[in-house]
Amino acid sequence: MIVAEQKPLEEIKGLLGEAGRILIVGCGTCVTVCFAGGEKEAGILGSLLRMSTRLDGASKEVTEVTVQRQCEWEYLDAIHDRVTEADSVLSLGCGVGVQALAERYPNAIVVPGLDTKFMGLPVEQGVWAERCAACGACILGLTGGICPIARCSKQLLNGPCGGSAKGKCEVSPEIDCAWQLIYAQLKAQGRLHLLMEITPPKDWRTSRDGGPRRIVREDLRLPVAEKA
Amino acid sequence: MTESSNGYKSGSNLEKVLKNGLFAVTAELGPPKNADGEVIRKKAAILKGFVEAANITDNQTAIVRMSSIGAGALAWQSGLEPVIQMTCRDRNRLGMQSDLLGAYALGLRNILCLTGDHQTFGNHPQAKNVHDMDSLQLVQMVVGLRDKNCFQCGEEIKGVNPRFFVGAAENPFGDPFDWRPYRLGKKAKAGADFIQTQLIYNVPKFREFMKRVVDLGVHKQVHILAGVGPLKTPGAAKYMRDQVPGMDVPGEIVARMEAAGKGIEDKKAKAAAQKEEGVRICVEIIQQMREIEGVAGVHIMAIEWEEAVPTIVEKAGLLPRPVFNGNA
Repeated sequence: MIVAEQKPLEEIKGLLGEAGRILIVGCGTCVTVCFAGGEKEAGILGSLLRMSTRLDGASKEVTEVTVQRQCEWEYLDAIHDRVTEADSVLSLGCGVGVQALAERYPNAIVVPGLDTKFMGLPVEQGVWAERCAACGACILGLTGGICPIARCSKQLLNGPCGGSAKGKCEVSPEIDCAWQLIYAQLKAQGRLHLLMEITPPKDWRTSRDGGPRRIVREDLRLPVAEKA
Repeated sequence: MTESSNGYKSGSNLEKVLKNGLFAVTAELGPPKNADGEVIRKKAAILKGFVEAANITDNQTAIVRMSSIGAGALAWQSGLEPVIQMTCRDRNRLGMQSDLLGAYALGLRNILCLTGDHQTFGNHPQAKNVHDMDSLQLVQMVVGLRDKNCFQCGEEIKGVNPRFFVGAAENPFGDPFDWRPYRLGKKAKAGADFIQTQLIYNVPKFREFMKRVVDLGVHKQVHILAGVGPLKTPGAAKYMRDQVPGMDVPGEIVARMEAAGKGIEDKKAKAAAQKEEGVRICVEIIQQMREIEGVAGVHIMAIEWEEAVPTIVEKAGLLPRPVFNGNA
């Protein structure tokens, strides 16, 4: 899932500026499961903003709505009237959700209420960890199902570096050394031969380095006439 | 330096010493955190004649310093052969290759390929890191420039190609310990000519590492220089033991450093006694390294203490140094 965290209240208030009518738009997908921008968080943030702006002596009209999936335009059509009535729209979606709203409603002022952090999973109650960097060319088949692009601080393809100590990364004792994990996994599976080969330099064109990415599936595209 | 000939790959002094089976000595020269070339010339004058070559660090511990190539050229002009350190942290394959072309044109002939300390350790923790390639891939790339006469992309180099003597590092004390000899083997397979290891204080553990390296036959594919260095204070020893990931400083070494200053009231005398003990330990470790099969030399890392190197080399009985290129 996409994991995000709410911005500090003061930063959100700064982004909203002088706007009098504010619509908070929550999202029912990833950010709901990571407790950052679902219906519940939208409600809590709404109350906070109402109370806080009243205390500041500049009371604002804050309402909330949560859509099932903020990253698809069709789910945003249902809130057309709410969006157009607001002076400012505070998105509690991930960065994709914020942009989907801004693209669907070019006249609306859309600001982010979250910082989108990474693609990952909950590893224990209240703890999420990164797992995928969307490099566009998956190598997990060679690395025991553990991604060194997302999980090694230096994105090494022939690790571990000299800073690996007691299973931890040199950057922080909070970070597991991805290459220690890869080594242990492949050893346990009797597949250490995979590590004997030198992995060549990665072709980063499939990653962000190749420019903004796009996928076109001709088999799924609609004929031109039907697009309108 | 002369162009490569007589079967040498790069023709560097370091290469000639190692190829002739002589026990090699290299040291480290840390560039300043400013643009003062005089610092390099002074440090080069200290090391000249005591080592085959000196590593010029590349923004070590991720702190901005004079570039290794710039400082290396100054050292070379002062008659000290440099080993240019190059990390994968700050440059992509374009930047690294163009710098290699420039370094070669300036007369530099040795390079050490490193991953690089993570930028969060340094003075620009906000920086974006690169890591387009890792150290093994960098070794392959530099070897390719020399032996395949082509850039990393496969395009032929028209004209003079850079012909470096290529080094890499290995940390025998990094985890997983069992994998380290194999990783060293991978660096040899990538084409590394020489290896410099992380600082060694735990000699028994290094012996075990080298035994495994010798069993794999890797010592015959690559010249291995054991990393050593004098400790300055008991505090430095403890810091390395406790705070530097991948460093192994046994308690007895810390205890010796502490004992050295015990009972000495005068601060200067105490510091001198501790430094002397640090040098003594370093010399002892060098002696032990000379007895270990597969060790082709030592790399002395006296961080911001270059003055200690001549004393250490002399006390270790490693003088005079062999001279091949008439410049050392």
